Amino acid sequence: MKILVPVKRVVDYNVKIRVRADGSGVETKGVKMSMNPFDENAIEEAVRLKEEGVASEVVAVSIGLAACAETLRTALAIGADRAILVETDVALQPLAVAKLLAALARREEAGLVIAGKQAIDDDMNATGQMLAALLDWPQATFASKIAIAGGEATVTREVDDGLETFVLPLPAVVTADLRLNEPRYASLPNIMKARKKPIATLTPAELGVDPAPRLKVLEVTEPAHRQAGRKLKTVAELVAALRDEARVI
Amino acid sequence: MAVLVLLDHDGVAIRQPSRAAVTAAAALGEVHVLLAGEGLAALAATAARIAGVARVLVADAPVLAHLSAEPLAALMVRLSERYSHLLAPATTLGKNVMPRLAACLDVQSLSDVCGIVGPDTFLRPIYAGNAIAKVQSPQPRQVLTVRAASFEPAAPEGGAASLEVVSTEGLPHPARFVGAEKSGGARPDLTAARVVVAGGRGMGSRESFSLLEKVADQLLAAVGASRAAVDAGFVPNDYQVGQTGKIVAPELYIGVGISGAIQHLAGMKDSKVIVAINKDEDAPIFQVADYGLVADLFAVLPELEAELAKS
Ligand SMILES: Cc1cc2nc3c(=O)[nH]c(=O)nc-3n(C[C@H](O)[C@H](O)[C@H](O)COP(=O)(O)OP(=O)(O)OC[C@H]3O[C@@H](n4cnc5c(N)ncnc54)[C@H](O)[C@@H]3O)c2cc1C
Ligand SMILES: Nc1ncnc2c1ncn2[C@@H]1O[C@H](COP(=O)(O)O)[C@@H](O)[C@H]1O
Repeated sequence: MKILVPVKRVVDYNVKIRVRADGSGVETKGVKMSMNPFDENAIEEAVRLKEEGVASEVVAVSIGLAACAETLRTALAIGADRAILVETDVALQPLAVAKLLAALARREEAGLVIAGKQAIDDDMNATGQMLAALLDWPQATFASKIAIAGGEATVTREVDDGLETFVLPLPAVVTADLRLNEPRYASLPNIMKARKKPIATLTPAELGVDPAPRLKVLEVTEPAHRQAGRKLKTVAELVAALRDEARVI
Repeated sequence: MAVLVLLDHDGVAIRQPSRAAVTAAAALGEVHVLLAGEGLAALAATAARIAGVARVLVADAPVLAHLSAEPLAALMVRLSERYSHLLAPATTLGKNVMPRLAACLDVQSLSDVCGIVGPDTFLRPIYAGNAIAKVQSPQPRQVLTVRAASFEPAAPEGGAASLEVVSTEGLPHPARFVGAEKSGGARPDLTAARVVVAGGRGMGSRESFSLLEKVADQLLAAVGASRAAVDAGFVPNDYQVGQTGKIVAPELYIGVGISGAIQHLAGMKDSKVIVAINKDEDAPIFQVADYGLVADLFAVLPELEAELAKS
């Protein structure tokens, strides 16, 4: 079984982002970029399934600028076998990404797609679900555990009131939550090996998809800032302030 | 055209974020709600009493018992023609179902809407809430999830909606439910509580969370946690507050032994009053806290419990 793992190049999660003064967006020039954290969990899980002998091949896919090749190299260093870059400079939204991934999943005859649950730049939490819809495959989002056997995936999902487990017939789409696993650090030899692994480049046109955005971003602004308040000395002072000043208890 | 809201519920009660979504929907048109599940007679009556709801669509069938995305999205596709907007609260249910529905309709959904500017223009947070995007959606139909913390929930009583039974025939249900581990308990729901007391890695152990729970008891508060506290196994996953957990905006939020990483702040910085208790005076959480105590939490929590018990 082949596993497809979409990985997104995003602003590193440690970067304190800056909103451009003209309201046109968030500054990404000269900012450290990394693989979306949830996608690290997704790649890690796929590589483990290959190590267990459940998967035959792990294919990483990134869609966007040519620089996404760096993100793919990271995926290859973690253990993906090969990578596909769908190169475009269009501003991508989940529906377009899902259409491109659906075309690739069909072309590759993937048995499982493991995506991240959410990209930490657009925070959409949508691509995996959209992909499952387009392929008419079952989905299990927010996975914290995946087991594959007998053509089925047993997936535990993190939901608002706890955990839920479902069995999905394959092929299926699963989206990874952070507690799915602890992603490994790529070792130096594996980073070297990754340089020799193939990255194929395609365009949206070659996949027959128009990636044009559906949503128009009119303006990006900073949220209201909170002022730091005051430090109090004692618990009694705190309780008094909450009772008499803030009036919340 | 009317607007459809998918209600989130646990079979016994309608979750409060559903009523926040009703408020958002009321700004867009006449509100119909979809109540899906199995064995819904009592809940349907509850839904019909929510203020501002004109009609309750009831989809009662075993295939919907676990509110799986596949049958629910298929059902909503069938209903979609009657509606200009399809909404759900941005709970794990809404997040699971709505993008699937949107793709079936060939529209781009919007997640976590925190403001409605007009019928096709919305505000939503990006980058863990460190930026707000104003987005226009020139599409024939809008599919949205709504951030509960940004809309006052519609009153649970006062409405007198009509009921309509909708067909559930032929819905797909490829996934098989095996089991669940639900936390439940007597505490108020995190996303609906007036007071939230949250603990972080600084709590040190599962046992010491009982110190926090005693404070929560005094305040009738919900208990939350940082990701580090969940990862360490101090509390279950559904306690997590933040970018990837729950978004809370209570009257009072007390963060204990939490440093205040941006991913955590993303989930609580819209609280009305924030209190931070941390032994590191440089912890970033103090930058958003109205009141701070630089102290050891193991000394503070019992004292706080006693002080609250007095007043
Ligand atoms: C993609 C992504 C998503 C994430 N999503 C979330 C999320 O949704 N929610 C979330 O919370 N985090 C999230 N995180 C993790 C986040 O980055 C932080 O790692 C996490 O919030 C830290 O938790 P903490 O503050 O409890 O731990 P720490 O940062 O370790 O802070 C512990 C604090 O406790 C204090 N302390 C220790 N002992 C005591 C004592 N005895 N008395 C008083 N104070 C004490 C310390 O001074 C310190 O400030 C996410 C990270 C990533 C990469
Ligand atoms: N441009 C992209 N390239 C590759 N994968 C992507 C891209 N955008 C989104 N994804 C995948 O979809 C997941 C969810 O993204 P989103 O729906 O944007 O929050 C990510 O974690 C990735 O696995």
